[in-house]
Amino acid sequence: MTAFLHQLPFAPIDAVLVIPGIAALLLALIPQYKLGARLNMLASGLTFLCALTLLIERPDPAVSFLFVDDLNVVFVVLGTFVGFTTSIFSASYIGHEIEIGRLKPGYIRFYHGMYQALSFSMNLGLTANNVGLMWVAVELATLTTVLMVGLYRTQAALEAAWKYFILGSVGIALALFGTILIYMAARPVIGEGHDAMVWTTLIANAAAFSPELLNVAFVFLMLGYGTKVGLAPLHAWLPDAHAEGPTPISAVLSGLLLNVALYALLRFKMLLAANPFAVAPGPLLVTLGLVSLIFAALLLYLRRDIKRLFAYSSIEHMGLIAFAFGMGGPLANFAGLLHMTMHSLTKSAIFFAVGQVAQVKGTQKIADIRGLTESHPTLGWSLVVGVAAIAGLPPMGIFTSEFLLVSSTFAREPLLAIPLVVGLLLAFGALIWRLTGVAFGKPSPSVVDAGRRPSMLPLIIHLVLVLVAGIYLPGPLVAWFQNVARMLG
Amino acid sequence: MERFSLDAAHLLAGGMVLVSFMMLYQNRILGLLNVFAAHAVVLSLSVAWQAYVQAAPHLFVTAAIALLLKAITIPVALHHMVLRLGVHRDIETVGGIGPTMLMGMGLVALSMVVMLPAAAEADPIAREDLALALSVILLGLLMMVTRQNAISQIVGFMSLENGLVLAATGARGMPLVVEISVAFSVLVAFIVIGVFLFRIRERFDTIDTQALDDFREGRE
Repeated sequence: MTAFLHQLPFAPIDAVLVIPGIAALLLALIPQYKLGARLNMLASGLTFLCALTLLIERPDPAVSFLFVDDLNVVFVVLGTFVGFTTSIFSASYIGHEIEIGRLKPGYIRFYHGMYQALSFSMNLGLTANNVGLMWVAVELATLTTVLMVGLYRTQAALEAAWKYFILGSVGIALALFGTILIYMAARPVIGEGHDAMVWTTLIANAAAFSPELLNVAFVFLMLGYGTKVGLAPLHAWLPDAHAEGPTPISAVLSGLLLNVALYALLRFKMLLAANPFAVAPGPLLVTLGLVSLIFAALLLYLRRDIKRLFAYSSIEHMGLIAFAFGMGGPLANFAGLLHMTMHSLTKSAIFFAVGQVAQVKGTQKIADIRGLTESHPTLGWSLVVGVAAIAGLPPMGIFTSEFLLVSSTFAREPLLAIPLVVGLLLAFGALIWRLTGVAFGKPSPSVVDAGRRPSMLPLIIHLVLVLVAGIYLPGPLVAWFQNVARMLG
Repeated sequence: MERFSLDAAHLLAGGMVLVSFMMLYQNRILGLLNVFAAHAVVLSLSVAWQAYVQAAPHLFVTAAIALLLKAITIPVALHHMVLRLGVHRDIETVGGIGPTMLMGMGLVALSMVVMLPAAAEADPIAREDLALALSVILLGLLMMVTRQNAISQIVGFMSLENGLVLAATGARGMPLVVEISVAFSVLVAFIVIGVFLFRIRERFDTIDTQALDDFREGRE
């Protein structure tokens, strides 16, 4: 297999960037909806295949701006997979939106081009071996998603996009200031120029950096990238952006973009951990994580819009993940990684389901959606399974990671485990309460079906993966995650 | 010479903080745009001076970008936009000018207190520049928070990015890729915003973002 990869005329890591890059330009020229959607799927699928080869073949970091290690390959494979399944979902979903006239056919080129541009920028952010380049990629991802959120051109969509744009830009600006400070800290040790921004050089020399500068830098990076992760109190853009954009974009936002920002945060956390005199980044992450968890769990009870409900659930879960990585140690890091993977899969599956629910019922208001399991059995029960998974019911994968997190926290810091469990139970209650209303009882009237039904395939694949992960995690995957957990310290 | 180059760099960076304060008390959009142009001119001078002191010719490119794009093109374009939309009236501020200025002073003091000790080991130009750049960034943030009008928020954001460029050029030898990307992002951001402004105008007959908030509360 490795020999075969050497035969290829291109390096897989370049392909992960080149394919979406070319596809973005190409799709921007194709006005036909069907052709565009198929090419979008094809490009996303090819990107995913190339990302898979990164598991066995790594480029040499000395000759490339890009690099792959055990940590970012998890993010890249997960990201390109969700990108691929979402493109399948998007093909039928957007088709329906055009049929009912919610989306003007003229925006198709724009939508598909932006979809691939987003995929390009996220892969660049994840594989860049330069903190400056990583920042540029996250900025690019922000701009593309802003444009996608405003796609419907309704008042609410424009408002959401504007809010996202302002908050996202400010966050990204603060992150750049943090990046400059990291360079300032590295320069006296590594010397001027590119080397002082190259990730692999930075981490190797981090012990000699000025700890004061690193501390200040981390505060800015934390605020900056933390805004993009959606940690409370910097989360204000997230519910609006999820609720008002097209549903495939909600799935990509929750499943991918939050993870990219989280990845950036983790990288800098590793940098600080490598310096013995710098402040420990863990407690900061734990605090923000707990605040997000409790805050989002309480606000879940007040939601009346179904997409907003699950957007708040994303804040809750990002809080949990930040908490896990903030606790650190092999077990909590393992739980954090597993939780991140499971959350991406489950949350995008839920958005696939919610998108269809909103289409068949013609509304996003929770109060107007009732009795789904009766009127649309497959869709309704998929939603039930998805919500049960995200709420943390066994035997789904999220239960495993939450159980690991809670038990390891009890063993190390029992006092911290109390707010953690309270937050989890609050969120559980809210989600199950909302679910019973939506899924059971007397069905509310449905819109007359407009023929084309979105594909259930991506939804089912995701849920099956989450279920399998909850019952049995393959040995190599466990070993892999354990290795990454050690790396994260 | 060493002493003079240091003083000149501090003078120019300090000038940016001063112009940032001037932006805080502008109560007309057109006046605000003029002051923003001045902000970009001072930035351009400051970057050019750094280029000369550091003997780093690529920084002259950054200075030229700042001058052409931020001091001329964007203010002129926004000027046209404001006149075309007919919104060249008073800007409503949250909390009034006086308290805003006091908060601004507090933010400058804060950035001095944070940055000067943290960057104690860096060379003097970079150290003071970094502290002044952080002041400009925080003042830009303050402006975005205290203004409700979309155009003044954009201007606040761009002045914030000016502070970032100042910080990046103060960091000796920082690769050009970052400065270009900052300039580029301003351009892209500007286009995006331009699109949105017209869209918002289409929908609401106002570019006051308060209208957006009112709308939101009505919905949920």
